[in-house]
Amino acid sequence: MGEKIDPNLWSDDAEPHLMGGRLPSGQIVFPMPVGDAAEGVVPCRLSRRGRLWSWTSQGFLPKEPYEGPGSGPGANGDGEPHDFVPYLLGYVELPGEVIVESRIVDARLEDLHLGMELEFCIVPFNARYDTFAFRPVAAPESKAA
Amino acid sequence: MSENVYIIGAGIHPFGRTEGRSGREQGVHAVREALKDAGLEWPDIECAYGGSAAGGSADIMVNELGLTSLPFTNVANGCATGGSALAASQQAIASGMYDLALAVGFDKHPRGAFNAKPSDYGLPEWYGQTGMMLTTQFFALKIQRYMQLHGITRTTLGRVAEKAFRNGTITPHAWRRSPVDLETIMNAPMINDPLTKYMFCSPSEGAVALVLASEKKLRELGADGVKIRSIAVKTRPPNSFEVFQPGISIEEGGKPTVLASQAAFEKAGIGPEDISVAQLQDTESGAEIMHMAENGFCADGEQEEWLANGWTEINGGRLPVNTDGGCLACGEPVGASGLRQVYENVQQLRQRGGERQVPERNGRGPRFGYSHVYGAPGLSAVAILERE
Repeated sequence: MGEKIDPNLWSDDAEPHLMGGRLPSGQIVFPMPVGDAAEGVVPCRLSRRGRLWSWTSQGFLPKEPYEGPGSGPGANGDGEPHDFVPYLLGYVELPGEVIVESRIVDARLEDLHLGMELEFCIVPFNARYDTFAFRPVAAPESKAA
Repeated sequence: MSENVYIIGAGIHPFGRTEGRSGREQGVHAVREALKDAGLEWPDIECAYGGSAAGGSADIMVNELGLTSLPFTNVANGCATGGSALAASQQAIASGMYDLALAVGFDKHPRGAFNAKPSDYGLPEWYGQTGMMLTTQFFALKIQRYMQLHGITRTTLGRVAEKAFRNGTITPHAWRRSPVDLETIMNAPMINDPLTKYMFCSPSEGAVALVLASEKKLRELGADGVKIRSIAVKTRPPNSFEVFQPGISIEEGGKPTVLASQAAFEKAGIGPEDISVAQLQDTESGAEIMHMAENGFCADGEQEEWLANGWTEINGGRLPVNTDGGCLACGEPVGASGLRQVYENVQQLRQRGGERQVPERNGRGPRFGYSHVYGAPGLSAVAILERE
């Protein structure tokens, strides 16, 4: 297990939850606001299950501040970065709560469809950090911690 | 609005890549072209509004243009910088304070997709670090869902790009001047599914300047002017879905484009059916499709039929869209892009479109031109021009 990419992004339970915030109006937002914007907002653990709201693939190496595989010195110079791996991401609707943007793992692009059921997981991100993701509910336990 | 406002001069520096010329120098070039077009000299201009995203401050242009002591306001509004500069200069004249104003936008971006700093947008660092803060992803995520809900096919995305490149071949200020066939577009490397390389515009360089005049000045000069019938700039309403959003409300909210469009039509006292030519923000193919509906030109899903039948072509019979190839063929120098759309409408309404001129109907040229720009963090600007 690596370090959490942000200490407050998900809970430290045995079954971690993404952390959102409940506004005084009752509306749930993600992520939990910080600083003055957090006033009156109550942190809340978000559902570990949701449905795919939209999705896309990331086919090219993002510029900084991206810190995933392929980034770093020389990445944007000449020649293809050798360790960039295209990845999937999307929005996941957590029922009655909020729609969150997330990496999608353990799935192929062609398998993704609107409304498919996904579950929260923690995945290794780079040499130092873990990040969060969602994966198809039926997917077998694999590299996800 | 107290006074009618007219655009009496339009100048452009060709979009694309111009080695050895800074963004601001391209801006100065565009200003001189606009002045020449209006038959004016720089000292005639009474106030100016301008900006760029990556090309530096606009007000420094007075070094080259002349130290006439005019008030020159820098505008910084992301993709809507040009639209905001136009709105500000229009208001300066409509208020009755000035008779001649300048709106200018220019830019010069490095190659590759735009990158943004999370803190500039009030977002946590992890959002950028983990590779989810890319404008291209937002556009793909928005069109992906839209395609599922409204039956838009990948071929229709391809047709938008094909049209853009075809229009670019006959547009002197366009960057991409060669046609690209549908098959090549469809089979190009995937950038963010469902959008391939040819379906995205690229950051580029370029500049546009417009000279605005009061009705009194227009008559005095006997200028060839196009009336600004209405302008509306709107930021996002609650619960909307915009670029750079780690979380979206489960309640579907409004859209800044819909708000700006409705406000502009209402102020103009006309409807979408009255528009003869439209320039719609097409940072990628999907954006043009969704913006056709958001601006009221068709219902969700009807774009499939529109594109298949060529109804947005210059000679397509219904509503020519992005007659100069739009962002897809011109690239997107952020500060200049919104003004390019207005420049193109000015040319079309004055029937100076050359090979890309929208044809006359019932014995007269296009009467109403519509332009729409969208940008981070969720704002839209619409301008409706009229050939009286």
